[in-house]
Amino acid sequence: MTAVGTPARETRLPGAAPLLVLASALVMAALVLLPLLVVFGDAFAKGVPKYLAAIADPDAVSAVKLTLLVAAIAVPLNAVFGVAAAWCIAKFDFRGKGALLTLIDLPFSMSPVVSGLVWVLLFGAQGWFGDWLIEHDVKIIFATTGLVLATILVTFPFVARELIPLMQDQGSDEEAAALTLGASGFTTFVRITLPNIRWALLYGVLLCNARAMGEFGAVSVVSGHIRGLTTTLPLHVEVLYNDYDFVGAFAAASLLASLGLVTLVLKTGLEWRHSGELSANRRH
Amino acid sequence: MNSQPTEDTEGRTGAAGGLSLDIRNISKSFGRFPALNDVSLQARDKEFLALLGPSGSGKTTLLRVLAGLERPDAGEVRFGGEDFLSIPVRRRRVGMVFQHYALFRHMTVAQNIAFGLTVRPRRERPSKSETADRVADLLKLVQLEDLGGRFPAQLSGGQRQRVALARALAIEPRMLLLDEPFGALDAQVRRDLRRWLRELHDRAGVTTVFVTHDQEEALDLADRVAILKDGRLVQLGAPNEVYEHPADPFVYDFLGAACRLPGTVSDGRLTVADWETRAPKDAPSGAVEVFFRPDEVMFAPLDGSGLAGEVKAVVQRGPDARVECLIEGRLFELQARGPTLPNGVAPGLAVRVKPLRPHVYPKP
Repeated sequence: MTAVGTPARETRLPGAAPLLVLASALVMAALVLLPLLVVFGDAFAKGVPKYLAAIADPDAVSAVKLTLLVAAIAVPLNAVFGVAAAWCIAKFDFRGKGALLTLIDLPFSMSPVVSGLVWVLLFGAQGWFGDWLIEHDVKIIFATTGLVLATILVTFPFVARELIPLMQDQGSDEEAAALTLGASGFTTFVRITLPNIRWALLYGVLLCNARAMGEFGAVSVVSGHIRGLTTTLPLHVEVLYNDYDFVGAFAAASLLASLGLVTLVLKTGLEWRHSGELSANRRH
Repeated sequence: MNSQPTEDTEGRTGAAGGLSLDIRNISKSFGRFPALNDVSLQARDKEFLALLGPSGSGKTTLLRVLAGLERPDAGEVRFGGEDFLSIPVRRRRVGMVFQHYALFRHMTVAQNIAFGLTVRPRRERPSKSETADRVADLLKLVQLEDLGGRFPAQLSGGQRQRVALARALAIEPRMLLLDEPFGALDAQVRRDLRRWLRELHDRAGVTTVFVTHDQEEALDLADRVAILKDGRLVQLGAPNEVYEHPADPFVYDFLGAACRLPGTVSDGRLTVADWETRAPKDAPSGAVEVFFRPDEVMFAPLDGSGLAGEVKAVVQRGPDARVECLIEGRLFELQARGPTLPNGVAPGLAVRVKPLRPHVYPKP
């Protein structure tokens, strides 16, 4: 992902390097820094009290709570799924391994809207299980369950993708050694496998969480935009913006932006301190 | 161990019988690749057995079958009278040393060594101080007293290897399995560790099976050597026995440098080009392949007996010399020891080369 450390080469144009750096810095400033400043600028445009009021708004609070709830369910589940998937792919040989790998990557290559739509097609009123669900009074679409399902699907690859190269690189000799020394499978997993992947796992969970909290497309399809009930923070931003409530929209957006900044700091810290224990593909 | 009375009794029965490890008709394939093909071999109690073969010969697979890390497709393994294959890895109590040591990278040396003790069921687990004492003893045994607090990444290859061995010995293994134990070490460390390992084996008194592709190591270290090729056991015997009587051309070739020439055997006489000699015992009749070691030859003047050859180059090194010699249109690199090299052997000279101990195998 981050392609650092490519050796510096002699350039034929001596002035080119600083120019390129300057150009990239300008583009970054225009495309990333400026919008970020605008978010915070507009959020505080009418003063701090208005900002605080916008955040304390009951709908905003429930949106934050819902976002946290969805992430709190989706992220741990994806951490477990991700570890399991990476474990079986990295440590065992079986038929259909390539297909499984492709399948894990599918959410990355698919539009999030489709990831949301599949749940509507399955569980929506007109969906495959629609009649049965209505009969039994189970609500999935336009409810928290749907949001969780959509989020899980979209964020599935993060943990697995992070762990697979690392676990393949580490091989299974240490686990085999633990077994011959008398450890059970569970003990081996807890005392050998997990410690060996802990930082990569944390890294994957971090990315997964950032996406889970920031996801818009997939949850937008299944949410139904019921204010205070099924709007997560990103949806809440959109709803307020469509209502011309700019302070409210940007205040909520500033929360998301802060989440992004915190994630970035933690991620950089991890890369800096534990680069050796993260994926092999990031090590070079 | 008092808590496992049945195992102990059976173990002793096996020891009394002298036969400790009995491998019968083991086959194992990975997909379509047959890694082991009907391998049977036995080891006596406390024996030091080497599995020798080129890469892909199945030796490591056999070791992993013994450890319980691979399940064979067919065959039987008995150890100390027990059906070994029905025992899961963690209850076999085999001490395995992996080729790349497989030390737990996030644990210190002391924690690595203690691991096997700390994962025991609570009833059998030694106390903290007992564990610490045991670790200290083992560190002393492998001569790493001061390194208990280090992490594997902070050790040299030889040190890691000894930690791996100490970790395997900590569980008081009934059998020690070593996968290319010296594979990743440089020549000097190798030689030192080799002697040390043999002493350790003799003191610990456990049946040891080790895998190597280095014939010198196997011949030097083991009580008996099992030579594998393409998943089959080709020969099993004491080092001297297999060296003196290689079962087939492959073994002859694998155990040391070999020169080969075509020949014929009839009426107990061996003829190679214009040289005729008494055929070795049990030599097959008809067209044969004649093998001899490049350092087991005698040089003679042209009127003597032996294969006619022409010296191409002589490289003298102390009392010994490497003599490049053209025999029957092929160039051989022969080794001449001081007394076997007559004076005046020089490039361009026609000589006779007499193989001292030719081996004869039927032509394939």
